[in-house]
Amino acid sequence: MLDTTALPRKATLPPPLDTRYQVETPEGMDLPLRPAGLMVRALAFAIDLALRGLILGLLFIALAMLGKLGAGLGSILLFGVSWWYMVLFEVFNQGRSPGKQWMGLRVIQDDGSPVGWSASLLRNLLRFVDMLPFGYFLGAISCLQHPNFKRLGDLAAGTLVIYRDQPLTRPQLPLAPPCRSPFALTLNEQRAILGFAERQAGLSDARVNELASILARPLQVPPPRAVAELNGIAHGLLGPP
Amino acid sequence: MKQSLFEHRHRAQWEQFSLLLDRLERDGKADGADNFPADYRRICQHLALARERGYSSFLIDSLQQQVLRGHQQLYRHRSQLTGLVLGFVLAGFPRLVREQWRFVLASSLLFFGSLIAFAGLVYVFPDLVYNLIPAAQVSEMHTMYDPDAGHLGRSMERAASEDWAMFGYYILHNIGIAFQTFASGLLFGLGSAFFLIFNGLMIGAVAGHLTYIGYGQSFWSFVVGHSAFELTAIALAGAAGLQLGWALIAPGRLPRAEALRLTAHKSVLLICGVMLFLLIAAFIEAYWSSMTTPGPLIKYLVGAALWVLVAAYLLFAGRTHHAPE
Repeated sequence: MLDTTALPRKATLPPPLDTRYQVETPEGMDLPLRPAGLMVRALAFAIDLALRGLILGLLFIALAMLGKLGAGLGSILLFGVSWWYMVLFEVFNQGRSPGKQWMGLRVIQDDGSPVGWSASLLRNLLRFVDMLPFGYFLGAISCLQHPNFKRLGDLAAGTLVIYRDQPLTRPQLPLAPPCRSPFALTLNEQRAILGFAERQAGLSDARVNELASILARPLQVPPPRAVAELNGIAHGLLGPP
Repeated sequence: MKQSLFEHRHRAQWEQFSLLLDRLERDGKADGADNFPADYRRICQHLALARERGYSSFLIDSLQQQVLRGHQQLYRHRSQLTGLVLGFVLAGFPRLVREQWRFVLASSLLFFGSLIAFAGLVYVFPDLVYNLIPAAQVSEMHTMYDPDAGHLGRSMERAASEDWAMFGYYILHNIGIAFQTFASGLLFGLGSAFFLIFNGLMIGAVAGHLTYIGYGQSFWSFVVGHSAFELTAIALAGAAGLQLGWALIAPGRLPRAEALRLTAHKSVLLICGVMLFLLIAAFIEAYWSSMTTPGPLIKYLVGAALWVLVAAYLLFAGRTHHAPE
């Protein structure tokens, strides 16, 4: 028999250990954002770098046929691609350069609003310092020690790189006859039971039983019945479809 | 109210709002966006209700996504870019330069001070130039500014396409230097100070050396035109960098990160003005400075006029409040 020491019912849970960043909108809503860490950002940058190399390579081949005029245009292009590629994509493509788009990231301001011209220009100009003394050394250090993974350019510009939200699909709840909980549920408990029912399809049977049996005693059912009981309560909370 | 009933009641509104968001994100504007703020606030209210009533994570998360997307659209920066740019060029930029006069002064002293001092030193002790610039580059300079060769600048007879090539080169090279000078200011201002002094020394060495060996006429008449914009721009980029560094050294009553963020948003405006100056400089350098037909006297006069123009612009433009904002 699994013996668990459940927390007393009124105890406040410690804040969860995660990297979420809360933005409070003027409407008083707390929106949780998920800042992106060093590895995924490095990958996004690598993709952008490769893409820029490809663009420049192709254009230079085309411009080489134009002679001196091509050389001038080539310099301007090199300037544009090396300093403006990120800025233009971030401003016009909702904070997503192609690399970030690929990795599911985007840039926003600290307050959750979209990144603007000055912030984007600033964070990309200061990239030069992040790259010092070699290979993004300062940027990586800053990113690793900051709670929201900001590099120096992000700190100065007040921007944040976050994971984009993926569209959600409605989870299928396992079928069970709706029933009432034997005791009044707090909001957190209610959400936990609904979450258990919604996530069940993604968990193994053994894990589902293990989790449910923790609650067997308070639900006053034998452990093997706990899963069905919890699903029933979840259906009861949702109400008739 | 049970969750199913709540969803059933409002689902149509959510779907409609989601479609509106799709269109706004794709095109920037859409029909039926007049009610957007009201729709957005209703979604906010639904989210608050859903949280308060302990509805399931799926519902709360999807409402949260909609609120975030709505927030992004409602609080998007929408501004008349042309009007802003015009106001900035006519009044904002010179005002900003005057407002930051301490940093501009410090940066100008570093840059022009090292330039003039080293030019003087090289003129008096000509061998000093080889300490800074490799001999091969010095002899390359000799051929560039040789008064007997009948051409100026970096190359032989320059056709129109040649001017184009140089225009591009100057943009790439000079704006790159300005950006570096600015960005490295984040290292407590040390990077900016280094780039200012380094570039001052290089330019000073070239000027002093060429004047010493008697190529002064061709050199000075070449550079006098565009230098007004180019050198000022480098000094201003340095000022913006020093400003960044100073925010870290002496943040005042704010936390360092906050002071940096506030200062950075001002200094990036300076950099926008610097870019404009350098574009003008590149244009003058490629198309006017390289011309050999006007005599040196005309070039000096035009150069002096440009210096006066830059000084007058930075000192006096935008003083009256009638100026278009």
